[in-house]
Amino acid sequence: MQPQLIICEHCDSVYQRPALTPKQTAHCQRCGALLERGRHLTTDQLLALTVAAAILFMLANAFPIVEISMQGLSNEATLWASVEALAEGRITIIALVTGLSIIFAPALQIILLGWVLYHARGGRIAPGFRTCMRALEHLRPWSMLEVCLLGILIAIIKLAGMLEVHAGLGLWAMAMLTVLIILISGRDVRDLWNELQVPVR
Amino acid sequence: MSSPPFASELDLQLCHDCGQVCQSGAIECPRCDALLHHRKPDSLARTWALLITALILYVPANLLPVMYTDMFGSGSENTILSGVIEFWRDGSWDIAVIIFIASVVVPCAKFLVLGVLLVTVQRRSRWAMRERARLYRFIETIGYWSMLDVLVVALVAALVQFRALSTIEPRLGILFFGLVVVLTMIAAMTFDPRLIWDAEINDDRHA
Repeated sequence: MQPQLIICEHCDSVYQRPALTPKQTAHCQRCGALLERGRHLTTDQLLALTVAAAILFMLANAFPIVEISMQGLSNEATLWASVEALAEGRITIIALVTGLSIIFAPALQIILLGWVLYHARGGRIAPGFRTCMRALEHLRPWSMLEVCLLGILIAIIKLAGMLEVHAGLGLWAMAMLTVLIILISGRDVRDLWNELQVPVR
Repeated sequence: MSSPPFASELDLQLCHDCGQVCQSGAIECPRCDALLHHRKPDSLARTWALLITALILYVPANLLPVMYTDMFGSGSENTILSGVIEFWRDGSWDIAVIIFIASVVVPCAKFLVLGVLLVTVQRRSRWAMRERARLYRFIETIGYWSMLDVLVVALVAALVQFRALSTIEPRLGILFFGLVVVLTMIAAMTFDPRLIWDAEINDDRHA
């Protein structure tokens, strides 16, 4: 309705939309919250990073994260196996939360971003654009790869005292994936609403 | 320097899902179809309910063991705190501090800050509004790091499975702890920080 206005989501203050150069940020005068960030990645760059994230996601899930060995016996764990380890007996519900935060939420973010950005690259509004964009907003807080990465490091240190621990191929993929997800899942993608001039009913 | 107008004074409201500026009174966002609301619905009641539930569950989360370790036939159970102490005794004080912050300091900070925010908003307090707004953004940002211990237990339990020699299994405490993390995250999302600033507007139209 009024694309030249923006409202601070933390205190409801209304401002004229500032023109920002990349890396510039605008903060709310009243409450200090971030209003808007100059976009630092173009649609092309975002799409390229999303494709890279998709490949890394597959590697991170296909290969073991950590391998351990003790007295000739060895064992390894993938992300999925970690989720499964919680899925026994009375605590199954926590396996669902864990699965969402380290596998399903990042997977959905990559798929939805890929879909939306692929179409945006040709200047088109993807079918289901509204649903995809809203899903992305709601997924963001539940995607916790960075927490998982710290968790893996702690698990490695914890076990290193008792047995032999090796980082698996999955861990390297996972570390890079975490960085990419942080880059692509931010608010940059919100600019598509204005860039594609999504019609207002 | 005059302060900027509030959206409600201009008969506008914000769409939370896409950032569109919408007319007050509209039910759905004309751009993304999300449901609009002047303030998050029943924000105070819902946040209180979630916060109190989380606080109650935090008791068994700390008292019950989160992990069972069987090493060469001798089994032991660990709660969150005894795990921290074990790390400390083993000389890994850095890891002990990280887990302590993620599992104890962060959830307790959330209980405290959300409690203070709820009480001050209900009293329509005009005390330190900018600082309270900043506190809210702070707990919203750090909240999900509490999942750390759940993920550590999951990974360790998935790895250490040598039937006769040693096994590690998750225990009931981790369920309660995970629920505390999820509930406090939802509580922080349910709280509407704009209520802090409604104390500046004299008429009583808060949620």
